[in-house]
Amino acid sequence: MMKKWLSLGLVLSLVMLLVACSGGNSGSSGGTESVIDGGAGENATELSYWTFVELHGQHFEKMLTKWNAEFPDRQIKLNVSVMPYDDMHNKLSIALQTGVGAPDISDIELGKFPDFLEGTPQLEPLNDVIDPYRDTLVESRINIYSKDGQNYGAPTHVGASVAFYNVEVLKEAGVDYQDIVTWEDFKAAGIKVYEATGKNMGTADTSALWQVSQLLAQQGTDLTDENGTPQVNTPEAIRALEMLKDLQENNVISTIAGGQPDTEEAYGEYNSGNFVSAFMPLWFMSRYVNYMGDLSGKIAIAPIPVLEEGMPASVGGGGTGTVVTKTAKDVQLAKDFLAYAKLTEDANIEIWNTLGFDPVNMGVWDMKDVTHNPDNAFVKYFVNNPFDVLHEIRDEIQMIKSTSASPTINNVLGTITLNEIFEDGRDVTEALNDAQAQIEQELQ
Amino acid sequence: MIKRFIYSQKVAPYVFILPFVLVFAIFWAYPLLDSFQMSFQKVALGQESSWVGFSNYEKLLSDKVFLKALLNSFAYMLLTLVILIPFPLLFAVLINSKLMWGKEFFKASFFFPALTSVVVAGTIFRLMFGEMEGSLINSFLGLFGIDPVKFLKGQVTGFIALLALATWRWTGVNMLYFLSGLKNIPDDYYEAAAIDGASKLQQFFKITVPLLKPTSIYVVTISIYAGLAMFIESMMLWNGNNSPKNIGLTIVGYLYRQGIEKNNLGYAAAVGIVLLAITMIINVTQLSLSGMFKKEDQSS
Repeated sequence: MMKKWLSLGLVLSLVMLLVACSGGNSGSSGGTESVIDGGAGENATELSYWTFVELHGQHFEKMLTKWNAEFPDRQIKLNVSVMPYDDMHNKLSIALQTGVGAPDISDIELGKFPDFLEGTPQLEPLNDVIDPYRDTLVESRINIYSKDGQNYGAPTHVGASVAFYNVEVLKEAGVDYQDIVTWEDFKAAGIKVYEATGKNMGTADTSALWQVSQLLAQQGTDLTDENGTPQVNTPEAIRALEMLKDLQENNVISTIAGGQPDTEEAYGEYNSGNFVSAFMPLWFMSRYVNYMGDLSGKIAIAPIPVLEEGMPASVGGGGTGTVVTKTAKDVQLAKDFLAYAKLTEDANIEIWNTLGFDPVNMGVWDMKDVTHNPDNAFVKYFVNNPFDVLHEIRDEIQMIKSTSASPTINNVLGTITLNEIFEDGRDVTEALNDAQAQIEQELQ
Repeated sequence: MIKRFIYSQKVAPYVFILPFVLVFAIFWAYPLLDSFQMSFQKVALGQESSWVGFSNYEKLLSDKVFLKALLNSFAYMLLTLVILIPFPLLFAVLINSKLMWGKEFFKASFFFPALTSVVVAGTIFRLMFGEMEGSLINSFLGLFGIDPVKFLKGQVTGFIALLALATWRWTGVNMLYFLSGLKNIPDDYYEAAAIDGASKLQQFFKITVPLLKPTSIYVVTISIYAGLAMFIESMMLWNGNNSPKNIGLTIVGYLYRQGIEKNNLGYAAAVGIVLLAITMIINVTQLSLSGMFKKEDQSS
């Protein structure tokens, strides 16, 4: 009898253990799901939307309320799922491949977009809903989500890269960020800062290509040639990385925990003032406001220094294309709503208000009451107004090509090559030659 | 008719093993055969699969990243064997000893880590081994005047973190296996040996170790498999499948990268088949060397 109870207890505890394990696993995916109705009535169509940035959902919520009020007979309920970056893209890829379980609308990050354009894209072309707004939008931001003349993604922002300086630390060292025009100036300022405060002026990124892209764009090139084949060991790339390595050797820049500014570890380092500057796309503003509260009122925005005067100071970085999948319940409704939520002038104003991004409708850049609204959280946080800087560089914003080779290039440089150069002190030319060989081999 | 069928002595055994056979066929044999077929194809998103012969395997041979993953998995497997066999055995013997106090407490605390989710544990270990001055391990090292170490960026230090996680998590499990083996060794043997004047050390090597052989074989076998198939630990420790310079990339991690992240399922299938082949070769060699395949009467 006793034995029976014992084994029953054992079985029970095993079952509980299994349940506990599976509970842990589902929690680990970190996904959150919520249905937003935006005032929709009973007959509303429910559409699902996947994203890897929680804030994007908030923007859609705002636009949904407006849509439902404006089109009472085409109301929508939006089922928003927020998942971690890799997770979301992997799940989307599997869902599209099998034709089961994909959402109606989804975000896809620029770096992953080429993967979804391979072969026959399982996405709906958006040309007809983009056309009415085409003149108002920055064309290159639509083209990065396109293949064979078909536009598959609705862009979110321009992503113009700018410099963010911690003016408090600079003041301590007697440096004025407005005097920094070239990288030579940056180096001189950095040496001064290091001597006065022991802090590093900037980061040597090992896990992201923001810096490399910026420096290549200044020289009018990027990591692929005109046919889209990889070219990472060009004289321009060697010049860029050797310059950065020289800065590292002079303690102007150093590697940061997390490998690049846009990581949780790095936010902490910045927040405690250990690094003085970040050269990032404009959307990095939202990270300051959301994760680095201690720096409020201390961060100034400026154009990024150039290698030689006269070179373009900015490049569009990062980006999210929002797509409608082939398996969407109501393709036309999803497309119309997507255009309404991301491409209209109203949407572009909200993208700035809610997300703090530089909208792809550049007309918004000129609306003084929107961009200089004193109640805006982003306007309040920074020393100067971001749009003053954007206007200064608006004609210089270069574009980086995103090709089918790009995910592989990013992977090899971001996991192997930059680590070898900045962590192990490997020779730049050697490391880049190896990277080129590795990329070519992987793409075979 | 049905009654006769159910009560038939010939049919009954097959009915009983049917659930296992079904599960085996659907979740093991079919996927295995399918991935074997896929490993000779090019399979990609939204495209028809096409036959490519041995080209996936040829590519594997010259793939430096795959070789790196292979090396990592092997190193991890060997190092976990070195740590996770002797130490749990030692702890099991200690806990089994009559002189030991607080047995249940130690048993429970050693086993406890196995109940936590790898995901949570991996995240905590990542924070502990962070490269900032304030991370747990670095602030501890700081007490001795050692500069902060970038644990997760170096090959050796990265493996230290990985092995620390594995040791913390699996010591208790292996210890329990050994404990159950020890319980089956009658005390009479030790008494007889003691009367004959055998020292404790002699008793350990002449009685405990040989009689624990079946348990040891089992533990070694699953450890080899677990070591070569490790993936989540590395993924969690490096917060993704892309560790700096691939220091934490394992064979399964590479399979995941090719199949899921790069949408190259055919190539990933080839990686999986190679992993299966390697694991089989090692385990079969190990099992036959330790006499598992000999008939019962010969081995006794």
